[in-house]
Amino acid sequence: MRRTSRSVLPGFGLSLGITCTYLSLMVLLPLATVFTRSADLSWADFWGTISNPRVVASYRVTFGASFVAALVNTVFGLLVAWVLVRYRFPGRRIVDAMVDLPFALPTAVAGIALTTLYTPNGWVGQYLEPFGIKVSYTWLGITVALVFIGLPFVVRTVQPVLDDLEVEVEEAAASLGARRSQTFLRVVLPTVAPALLTGFALAFARAIGEYGSVVFISGNMPMKTEIVPLLIITKLEQYDYAGATAVALVMLLVSFVLLLTINLLQWAARRRVEA
Amino acid sequence: MATVAVPRPATTAPRAITRATGESPAVRWTLTAIALAFLAFTLVLPLVLVFHEALSKGIEAYLAAIREPDALSAAKLTLLIASIAVPINLVFGISAAWCIAKFEFRGKNLLITLIDLPFAVSPVISGMIFVLLFGMHGWFGGWLFDHDVKIIFAVPGMVLATTFITSPFIARELIPLMQEQGTEEEEAAIVLGAGGWQTFWRVTLPNIKWGLLYGLILCNARAMGEFGAVSVVSGHIRGETNTLPLHVEILYNEYAFAASFAVASVLTLLAFVTLALKTLVEWQQRRAEAEDTEDVPPAERIAA
Amino acid sequence: MSIQVRNLRKAFGDFVALDDVSLDVPGGELVALLGPSGSGKTTLLRIIAGLEPADQGTILFHGEDATTQPVRERQVGFVFQHYALFRHMSVFENIAFGLRVRPRAVRPSEEEIRDTVMGLLKLVQLDVLARRRPSELSGGQRQRVALARALAVKPKVLLLDEPFGALDAKVRKELRRWLRRLHEEVHVTSVFVTHDQEEALEVSDRVVIMNEGKVEQSGTPEEVYDRPATPFVYGFLGDVNLFHGRIHRGRVDIGNGEFDAPGWADATDQAGVAYVRTYDVELGPAPSGPSSLAAVVRHVRAFGPMVRLELDLVEGGRSIEAHVSRERFDAAALAKGRQVYVSPTNVRVFAQPTDRAG
Repeated sequence: MRRTSRSVLPGFGLSLGITCTYLSLMVLLPLATVFTRSADLSWADFWGTISNPRVVASYRVTFGASFVAALVNTVFGLLVAWVLVRYRFPGRRIVDAMVDLPFALPTAVAGIALTTLYTPNGWVGQYLEPFGIKVSYTWLGITVALVFIGLPFVVRTVQPVLDDLEVEVEEAAASLGARRSQTFLRVVLPTVAPALLTGFALAFARAIGEYGSVVFISGNMPMKTEIVPLLIITKLEQYDYAGATAVALVMLLVSFVLLLTINLLQWAARRRVEA
Repeated sequence: MATVAVPRPATTAPRAITRATGESPAVRWTLTAIALAFLAFTLVLPLVLVFHEALSKGIEAYLAAIREPDALSAAKLTLLIASIAVPINLVFGISAAWCIAKFEFRGKNLLITLIDLPFAVSPVISGMIFVLLFGMHGWFGGWLFDHDVKIIFAVPGMVLATTFITSPFIARELIPLMQEQGTEEEEAAIVLGAGGWQTFWRVTLPNIKWGLLYGLILCNARAMGEFGAVSVVSGHIRGETNTLPLHVEILYNEYAFAASFAVASVLTLLAFVTLALKTLVEWQQRRAEAEDTEDVPPAERIAA
Repeated sequence: MSIQVRNLRKAFGDFVALDDVSLDVPGGELVALLGPSGSGKTTLLRIIAGLEPADQGTILFHGEDATTQPVRERQVGFVFQHYALFRHMSVFENIAFGLRVRPRAVRPSEEEIRDTVMGLLKLVQLDVLARRRPSELSGGQRQRVALARALAVKPKVLLLDEPFGALDAKVRKELRRWLRRLHEEVHVTSVFVTHDQEEALEVSDRVVIMNEGKVEQSGTPEEVYDRPATPFVYGFLGDVNLFHGRIHRGRVDIGNGEFDAPGWADATDQAGVAYVRTYDVELGPAPSGPSSLAAVVRHVRAFGPMVRLELDLVEGGRSIEAHVSRERFDAAALAKGRQVYVSPTNVRVFAQPTDRAG
C-alpha cells in the first residue's frame, strides 16, 4: 500500500482503489474520447469545423446569452441574498428554500413552462406583444431561461459571506460618519466582491452547457438562436461524430478553464479570510 | 450511555443589525419588495403555470395522462435508472471521501479536481462521450455489435450517462464534511480495538449521516430529472427508452400540451419533495452542529 | 465635551439591561465603566454612541440633547473589542475612511488627509506600517490603528468597548499605560468599558462601578477602593473575606468571635455582613484581643512579594484567606499545619442585603 504518512486508519488502499478505478472508467475514459476523436481530424479540418459560420453563430449565442444571464443573476442574486440574510418578513424561510428550485426541478419542466409563459398569447408574452417585444424563439428567451437556471448559484455563494459579515465593521463606518450608501459601497461590497465573482463564474459555467430549459424556448434557428448543445446533438444525429467532437472540445476546454478559475477564486478567498 | 443535552434549535433568524446603523424602513421594504417580485416572477410564475396547464383539460384528462401506459413505463424507467445510479455513486462518494479526508497523499488536489469534472461538462457532452464510446462508430461499437449488446439507444447507456452526471454530488458533500471532522474519533476507535468496518459503521457513519442524506437527496433529484444527457443516449424510443423528462418532451412536441404538463407536474411535485427533504436535513444538520459546539452546563444534561 | 446621562432605561425583552442610570462625565476626563458581565456597561456605552436606542431617558453632550441624534452625527469615536478594521483596506485607508466619506463641502483635500493620517500614525507609533493590511498586524497594532481611525475625525467623545479584552496579558498592560499617556496628550473626553478592575483603577480619572443595570458607585479610583459605598463594590474590588453575623450596639457577632463594628453603635440585633480585606489581617502566636480567631494554616503560596495563606478556623468550620508581606511571613515563621491567631485590623460592616445573595 502506498502511504505517504503512516496512518493507523485502515481502508486506504481499498478506498483509493475504488475511487481511482471509478474515476478512470466512468470519467476519464469517456472524456478521453473527445480528445482522441478530435485528434482524428487534421488541424485544417478541425479549424474548418469550428470556424464554420453556423458553429461560430452558435458559440456567440451560447456565450453571449450566458454572459448576460449570469450578469442579471449577479445583480439580482446579491439583492435576494441581502434581503434573505438581513431582513425579516413572513415566509422568509419558505422563500429561502424556494431559491433552490432550479437545482431541484428537471430542466425539461422549466423549459416547457417558460416557453408557454412567453409565447405571444402566454401569460407574460401577451403583455409584451403590443410593445413588439418577442421572447419566445429569440435570443431574449434563451437569456430568460438561463437566468432561471443560474439564480441559485449567485444567491447561495453570496449568502454565507453576507452572513459572516461582522456587524461591528458597519457600525464602525457609521460612527465615522459614513452614510448607509457609503458604507455599502465602500465596506460591504468590496468584502462580498469575491463571492459575487465566484457566483457569476458558476452561473456562467452552468449556463453555457444548459440544454433542457433552453431548447424549447429558443426555437433553434440556425445562425440565430441555435445553442451549442443543440448543434452538437444535430451533428450526432447526422453521424458527423468528428464535427460534434470538435465543437464539444472547445466547450470542454472553456469549461475546464472556468472550473480552474472558480477553484482558484475560492482558494484565494479562503486564504484571505484565514489571515 | 449517551447524555442528551437540553435541545436548543439552531436559529436561522437574521443577525440583528440594529435600527441605529441599518437602512431606513422605506429602503428595506422597497428592496424586499423588489427581491420578492423578482423571485415571484422568475420562480413562482412558471410553477403556477405548470399546474394550471396540467389541469386545463380537467382532472380526468390529468389523471389519464399520468396513468397512460407510456407515462407509466417512463416513470418505471426513471426509477430504475435512479435506483442504479444513486447507489453506485454512494459507494464512490464514500470511498472518495474516506481516502481524501482521512489520509495524506500526493495528488490529493488533483483527485478532488477530477471528482469535480462532471460538474463542468455540459449534459449533452456527457451523453455524447458515451455515444463515442459505445455507439455504432464508437470505440467499442464494433465489439458490441458483434455480441449483440446494446448500450446506446438502450437502458444501459442511459444508466451510464446518468451515473456520470451525478457522480460528484455525494462526494462533494462528504469530502469537506469528513475533512472538518478529522480523524481523531476514528483513531480513538482503532486504539480501543475496533476493526475497519466497525469503525466506519459505528463512528464515521453516525457523524456524516446528515451530509450523506443531503447528498443522496440531491443526487437522486438530478438522476430522476436529467434531460440533456439522457436525451442524447436514449434514442427516444417510446415505451422503452423514455424517462419522465423525455416523455414530457415527446408529448410537448406532439402538441399534447395538457398531457405534457400533467407529467411535468408530477416531476414538479417531486421537486417540491426534494426541497422539503433538503430543508429538513439542513435543519437537522444545524441542530446537530449547535449541540456539538455548545457548552451545556452539566446541570442541564439529562442522562438518556 | 461633557456627557450627562439622565435616567436611562433599556430592556431587551424581559431582561433589564439598564435600570434608571444617571451619570456625569466631565469634559476631558478618562472614565472607566467597570462591572461584571451583564452589568449593563457595554449597553450604556453603545447608547451613548448612538448604536442602540434607549427606551427611556436622555443623553446630553455638553448640555445639548443628543438622545435621538443618529450615530453618524454625534461625532463620537468608537473603538471595538475586536477592532472592526476594514479588512480590505490598508492601515492608511482605514484611518482615512472617516475623512473620505465626508460630504464634498467639508471634505479635506487629499493632501490634508495625508497629513492628518500620517500625523496620527506617528502618534500611535505605527507610521512604517501605513501600507500594510490589518491581517498583517498583531492584535496590539490593530487596536492602535482602530484608535487612530477613531481619532481621525476629531471626535468630541472617545468610547472604547473593552479595548484590550482580546489581547494577552502583557500586551494589555503595555497598551493600558499607552492609552493613559495618549489621553494626557490628546485630552478627549473618553469613556471605556472594562471588567478588569486593575485596568480601571490604574488608568482612569474616575471609575463608575455598575452591577445589574445600576450604578453602584462613581468616584476616583482612591475613593471607590478605600471608601466603597456598597457591599458589592467592596467585594468586587480586591480580595475579601465575608462573615455573616448579627450586629448589636457597635459590635458584630459572627458566631465564633466578635468584631468591632464602627458606625453601628445604635444597632440592635440586626443581621449583617462583615468584610475584611485579605491584607487587613494580623497573624500572631497569641490572641491580641476579643476579635482574634484561632486558625490552622492549611495552604501556603509563597511567590512574589506577597504570601497567600489559606487558614482553617478552629471553630466555625470555614476557611479564610490572608495576604501577608514576605517579611512578616518569615518573621512569624508560619508554615503549613501551624496554629495562629487571626486578628482583623479593618472591618467594614454592612447590613445584610435583602434582595441579593450574600
